[in-house]
Amino acid sequence: MSTSIQLNKVVKAYGPLRAIKGIDLSIEPGEFTVFVGPSGCGKSTLLRMIAGLEEISDGDLLIDGERMNEVAPSRRGIAMVFQSYALYPHMSVYKNLAFGLETMGAKKDEIDRKVRHAAEILKIDSYLQRRPKALSGGQRQRVAIGRAIVREPRIFLFDEPLSNLDAELRVQMRVELSRLHQQLGNTMIYVTHDQVEAMTMADKIVVLRDGQVMQVGKPLDLYNRPANQFVAGFIGSPKMNFLPAKLAGNAGAAGEGATLEVAGTSLPFGRALPPALAGEALTFGVRPEHITVGGEAGVFLGEVEVQLVEHLGGQTVLYVSTKGGEMLTVVIDGQMRVTHGEKVALRVDPALCHLFNAEGLAIAA
Amino acid sequence: MNRPPIPRGPGAARHSIRRSAFIHAGLIVASFVMLYPLLWMLSGSLRPENEIFGGSSLIPSHISLDAFVRGWNGLQISFGTFFWNSLVISVLATIGNVFACSLTAYAFARLKFRGRNFWFALMLGTLMLPYHVTLIPQYILFLDMGWVNTILPLVVPKYLAVDAFFIFLMVQFFRGIPRELDEAAMMDGCSAWRIYRKIMLPLSLPVMATAAIFSFLWTWEDFFGPLIYLNDMKSYTVQIGLRTFVDSTGSSDWSSLFAMSILSLIPIFLLFLFFQRALIEGIATTGMKR
Repeated sequence: MSTSIQLNKVVKAYGPLRAIKGIDLSIEPGEFTVFVGPSGCGKSTLLRMIAGLEEISDGDLLIDGERMNEVAPSRRGIAMVFQSYALYPHMSVYKNLAFGLETMGAKKDEIDRKVRHAAEILKIDSYLQRRPKALSGGQRQRVAIGRAIVREPRIFLFDEPLSNLDAELRVQMRVELSRLHQQLGNTMIYVTHDQVEAMTMADKIVVLRDGQVMQVGKPLDLYNRPANQFVAGFIGSPKMNFLPAKLAGNAGAAGEGATLEVAGTSLPFGRALPPALAGEALTFGVRPEHITVGGEAGVFLGEVEVQLVEHLGGQTVLYVSTKGGEMLTVVIDGQMRVTHGEKVALRVDPALCHLFNAEGLAIAA
Repeated sequence: MNRPPIPRGPGAARHSIRRSAFIHAGLIVASFVMLYPLLWMLSGSLRPENEIFGGSSLIPSHISLDAFVRGWNGLQISFGTFFWNSLVISVLATIGNVFACSLTAYAFARLKFRGRNFWFALMLGTLMLPYHVTLIPQYILFLDMGWVNTILPLVVPKYLAVDAFFIFLMVQFFRGIPRELDEAAMMDGCSAWRIYRKIMLPLSLPVMATAAIFSFLWTWEDFFGPLIYLNDMKSYTVQIGLRTFVDSTGSSDWSSLFAMSILSLIPIFLLFLFFQRALIEGIATTGMKR
């Protein structure tokens, strides 16, 4: 009974300003989709447009193939969990859950059954008579989710629901939400600016920037094959390192691929590149966890000076500077004895490196 | 942790007591000065007529309740009728004011309609219009409608949200209620009316109480409106009734006037006594999210 959502060239305009610039997107039934992007990218606006709280200026919203642009929010079969929870402060938890059903005109015993069922799923049955004011942040969060569940919607929308919780509770609720999704099987859309939440929960991630879709894909696809420099930098933590690069030569005949000039080092890239790129200002990208210090594996990236070391126990994070003054982050598994000011040699596996053209688009090789 | 008390000399204690006594004395004197007219009126209602303007003392030579009996029954119409009239007008006006102003305020605060800001500014503009400017056109209007000498001119307009001050007060309060609550209710399938009734009204009780109390107070105290529109003594309100004790040509029954004035204050006094908490909350939290 899951539901698909289809966005066709959806636009949100405030006067001449276009907050959402023509988004095409299709969400499969039962999928957990995460909209992620920096603040102001339009992800919440897009969610509110799907909910019906914002008008759609242009384009079509289809739910199960049916056009929903002018349909009232309550008739779209959608429930939404707000960032601030938006619990009705003057009603008990029970009343908060029952309110939507009462509005729909459901019978008393049916309301009672549904409320108790939702309360059981979320383990909030012990404080149904309390007011929201008397609950902790995590409990309020559950009530807000419960209010969404009781209405048995086709689609759940979450607008940064975990951002008001402390770090520990956030991890816990993240797991619970994923479990809830497995249990209910509904289509869910989740908005966050936290790429960790996106990576851990999503079936599909939609990366947004300035009201445009930057890339859509499975979490690992976005991590392994970012379509552009923005996605490459946004997905993954710590952030991917970027260095200016130039195409030094194509040794296609020998089968060794192109050679790049990166941070004063000539680096065999392993793959052939279009000769048209010669002379263009390119950007070379490598994730901190894909750089190794010393050893023989991979190819030589350059000798750098250690500026700062963070020992996390399981990992060691190095902040280093190249001869040219560019800063790089390096993540080494395990513990490593290294001190400030030390010179180390960095090596990379060319297969795990990324290359972007002057427009920031990934160069497929 | 128990810390030994800091030793203080007997001089310090004496100093603090003297200071406190001084402050109390000052406050008592100030309160007395402010209460004096009221006490004088109370005393005037209990003492013989010839003593009222005789001196500034508040202590009557002997106490009598004659003035109350004379005042209540002395006119052609009993004062009970006046109280009843005042009560009817005040209650109806208060209900109308709270209902109509809160609906209007909800529209201005939450609903989207064409020219909302313009209409809001226009409504605020009426705040600056003195009552006396609209008095004559209004009177002519009500005269043409045949409403003069009925309570309709005093009550019906209140159901049309004429009190811009209350609308403004409520708009400010509504704006302090998070919009996400409306949106959550909207997702729950509420119409604008149901959001108003089930979400906004229960959450704005303090401001409603403030509006209700002031509305009642101002209608109860109103002298000018009833004076213009009510000509028949049977329909007089308390305030108009009080005026009949003072005769500009002949003798005035001052002690009856004072006695009835004291009685007219009782409803207001009770109102403040019972609702002062709500009132203070309303005034203190208006426009602010708690």
